[in-house]
Amino acid sequence: MTAVSKSFVELNNVTMRYSEGDELALDTTNMKINKGEFVAVVGPSGCGKSSLLKLVSGLMPPTDGIVLVDNKEVSGPLKIVGMAFQNPTLLPWRTTLDNVLLPMEIVKPHRNRLRKHRAEYEDRARKLLASVGLEGHEDKFPWELSGGMQQRASLCRSLIHEPDLLMLDEPFGALDAFTREELWDILQNLWMVRPFTVILVTHDLREASYLADTIYVMSKRPGKIIVARENPLPRPRDQEVTFTQPFTDLVHELRSHIRDVRAA
Amino acid sequence: MNKKLNLRKASPWLSAISLFVLWELIVRIFNIPPYVLPTPSESIIVGWQFHEAIWMHATHTLYTTLVGFAIAVVFGVVLGALVGSSRTIYDAANPLLVGFNSVPKVALVPVLVMWFGIGTVPAIITAFMISFFPIVVNVATGLATLEPELRDVLRSLGATRKDILIKVGFPRAMPYFFASLKVAITLAFVGSVISETVASNVGVGYLMLSASSKFNMPLVFAGLLVIAVMGIAMYEIFNVIERRSTKWANRANPTN
Repeated sequence: MTAVSKSFVELNNVTMRYSEGDELALDTTNMKINKGEFVAVVGPSGCGKSSLLKLVSGLMPPTDGIVLVDNKEVSGPLKIVGMAFQNPTLLPWRTTLDNVLLPMEIVKPHRNRLRKHRAEYEDRARKLLASVGLEGHEDKFPWELSGGMQQRASLCRSLIHEPDLLMLDEPFGALDAFTREELWDILQNLWMVRPFTVILVTHDLREASYLADTIYVMSKRPGKIIVARENPLPRPRDQEVTFTQPFTDLVHELRSHIRDVRAA
Repeated sequence: MNKKLNLRKASPWLSAISLFVLWELIVRIFNIPPYVLPTPSESIIVGWQFHEAIWMHATHTLYTTLVGFAIAVVFGVVLGALVGSSRTIYDAANPLLVGFNSVPKVALVPVLVMWFGIGTVPAIITAFMISFFPIVVNVATGLATLEPELRDVLRSLGATRKDILIKVGFPRAMPYFFASLKVAITLAFVGSVISETVASNVGVGYLMLSASSKFNMPLVFAGLLVIAVMGIAMYEIFNVIERRSTKWANRANPTN
């Protein structure tokens, strides 16, 4: 990585409310995220975690304060962000391959090149799908895939245009425990091959401890960051790590923070 | 399994035949005079006797219905797209649309006659007026119920409103649109026949009116049957188009 000391995403004293008269969704929040850093945000439900994603991606303006991405103030949708949600939101009339290619039909300059260089782009999508274990499912429709497979495809869709910033809003929340842990590894692999900056919103403390470099704990609404915890665990992490003492200690520590904010 | 499927295929015919048999029996048992309620067999026989006239009038009714329906589709899609993609337009248009839809269209036919004279034009306009509403509502609903997460995904890629409409909005609204066509086509028949009954000298509506003035009730009922058959045929055509073009939305019952 280049020696960039400046942060890639920066929130300076940001507050946000959805509309006038509403209570604050986010209260004087400060964050500094480096390029290529994997950040997890955890907190009790309704604490404004999702608002944070909307702020950083420019879908919602801050009520006060400044959001900087790549040293520029965010004033509208960023246009290059990858996003994935708990609901895979694949388009049911498109095959898996065409779903993954959707961003290419929108993001510049790809949208102007797609028709001429279709084969090249399809190849890229197939490789990405293969890397998450979806080889052979490219021509299936979303309803022919299991929930875990749909979420993998959704992940591919959020990464196909090689975004510098990936926003994940509880992407594995609706999956069973085994599939979820499988997808942790897939995500970690993708990230280690090409380190993009990730903001992962989750309420799964094990997930945050497994994946993130830094874990932010938010308070109850109005959301406020109360702890920023560096994750000391070495990479690559595998399932064995989750049974070690340092991992358990980390989860334990996070859990006690959450308990405190819920009681407050 | 196979037997079950055969029964399912035969069931619409069985139900129609049962209805006719029941109708025939009731008229005969209670000795209802034909000028009150003719038997279906008599209606069909009379219908055959007048088949040339019926054919002429029916094709004309079909023509006015389809023209009115076609205008309704174009108008309905455009208005539905506007209403469904903007909250402001929705708020502005909704009361007007509901109000307009509540006005009985038969009350407007005399107005149309004043403007356009009797005959084809008022029939087309009535068919149009009565059938565009469900198309507008369904297209608008299809567009307006887009998942907010999907909208966020697209917007954070730099998608314009137009991009979102073309890539997601319209394909997503297709099942709603086709469902509305099935309703709209049958309503269009209602519209054109109403207008023909009130103000025309051609069409099944006119044929029925003139037959009833001569107390030829079997011919009136023959006309009703012809309208019903045309309605079923058009409905079925749109049903097939719907299933072919939006297979993804009908995956729950692939046997259809």
